[in-house]
Amino acid sequence: MKYLYYPGCSLEGTSREYDISTRSVLKALDVELTEIPDWTCCGASAAASVSALLSLALPARNIAAAEAVSDVNDILAPCSACYLNLKRAEEEARHGAEMLPRLNAVFESEGLKMTGRMRVRHLLDVLSQDIGADRIRRNVSHPLSGKRVAPYYGCQCLRPYRVFDNPEKPVSMNALIEATGAQVFPWHMGAACCGASHMNTHAAVGTSLVTAILKAARGADAIVTVCPMCHMNLEAYQDKISQNCHDNLRIPVVYLSQLLGMALGLSETDIRLDMNLSEAAVFSAGSSIVAVR
Amino acid sequence: MKDAENVQLAEALAPIRDMVKACIQCGTCSASCPNAFAMADTPRRLWRMLQAGEVQMVLKSGSFTLCSACYTCTLRCPRGLPLTDAMSALKQVVAHQDALRFASTTLFYRKFMESVRRHGRVRETEFMCLYLTAMKNPLLPFQFAPLGLKLFSRKKLDFRPPSKGGDARMDALFQKVHELENAP
Ligand code: SF4
Ligand code: SF4
Repeated sequence: MKYLYYPGCSLEGTSREYDISTRSVLKALDVELTEIPDWTCCGASAAASVSALLSLALPARNIAAAEAVSDVNDILAPCSACYLNLKRAEEEARHGAEMLPRLNAVFESEGLKMTGRMRVRHLLDVLSQDIGADRIRRNVSHPLSGKRVAPYYGCQCLRPYRVFDNPEKPVSMNALIEATGAQVFPWHMGAACCGASHMNTHAAVGTSLVTAILKAARGADAIVTVCPMCHMNLEAYQDKISQNCHDNLRIPVVYLSQLLGMALGLSETDIRLDMNLSEAAVFSAGSSIVAVR
Repeated sequence: MKDAENVQLAEALAPIRDMVKACIQCGTCSASCPNAFAMADTPRRLWRMLQAGEVQMVLKSGSFTLCSACYTCTLRCPRGLPLTDAMSALKQVVAHQDALRFASTTLFYRKFMESVRRHGRVRETEFMCLYLTAMKNPLLPFQFAPLGLKLFSRKKLDFRPPSKGGDARMDALFQKVHELENAP
């Protein structure tokens, strides 16, 4: 199995542990990643608010850069925001006849060309559909027995494009969590919105969305995420939110790749639980891996 | 003056009005919106204002800045309307109007893009500096301080000069986009 890898800016910055653990887990599962050379920002949620063409041109440039590398047809993106931006560029170029030449005009001076053959895939899509829970289960050496894990999908890997899961009642993480030996914590917040960049632009509104999610997770041992923005929102404000609510809403938040890495018996340097802002070490205590602070 | 402004605004909003032309005011979007509780005008009401040509009202409301692009309304609208895109288009109009009232939202995005134009990738530290400087709100940095300290203690804040250098490497792409969008 081969994929062209688009890490995106967050995975180079505040969520390096997602990048590190994704690479380690995929390697352990015999998946070959080739990083797209000289990839650039996908535009995040900012480009769409500034210019419509820019919001397509920035991700499309990376699809074109991927096409130039090899005959592999799948781009793998672990960040849901990057995934959606790249996916939208893929879809618009495929369905809007005028869009493809327009986009190619934007980056032709760089010698890049997009033909439309690439498929953009989210990490969760690749893990659940291509690799599958069975293959993961066969590789588990340190089962996470007795742990109750709440799967959090957020929005952008599910909506608006229906690709690999039910956009309102997602289930793709269940089998993966069970494959690690952990239990799926039953809750109704898996597909809820974390407020995205509200924490920066409308803090009070963002806080109430995150508070509702943290309250619903009470009783779980950890929340599992597949997006750096969701992840940051869910873990970075737990102290403040707990203070506001006069209640302890602190809970470990780990990336799906970190969870799988623990069960596969990968080392701390492969999954870096010490980089999480929440108490991920508490979650790993009792398993073979103990994060060092 | 006021009239000319209105005409200009109506022109800018015309394509968005078309997006929601077929709205039957069923309210599914508002009921699905996780941010509706904080909006002065719910999504359904914004569409009604657009349909009625109440362009100043739409802008004054500003409730579209509270859309967090969760796509639930788009998924559920019985008329299949591109509602998240409509919200995003409203934000774009505001970005161009440069309305002072929406300074925090638009500046955040503009500073972000500035960082991309310079480095190709986002340098989170630089981006926050640009943003906080542009806001000129002396209290704002404190709002971000607890998070900054947390990130710092996990060695997640990068104060080195960007690896790709401030070489304005994306200038050509940004320039071309600007040309194409402003072509007659
Ligand atoms: S869900 Fe669709 S049809 Fe119903 S009010 Fe909203 S936009 Fe209109
Ligand atoms: S996409 Fe925006 S307007 Fe629609 S439900 Fe989500 S937050 Fe509300």
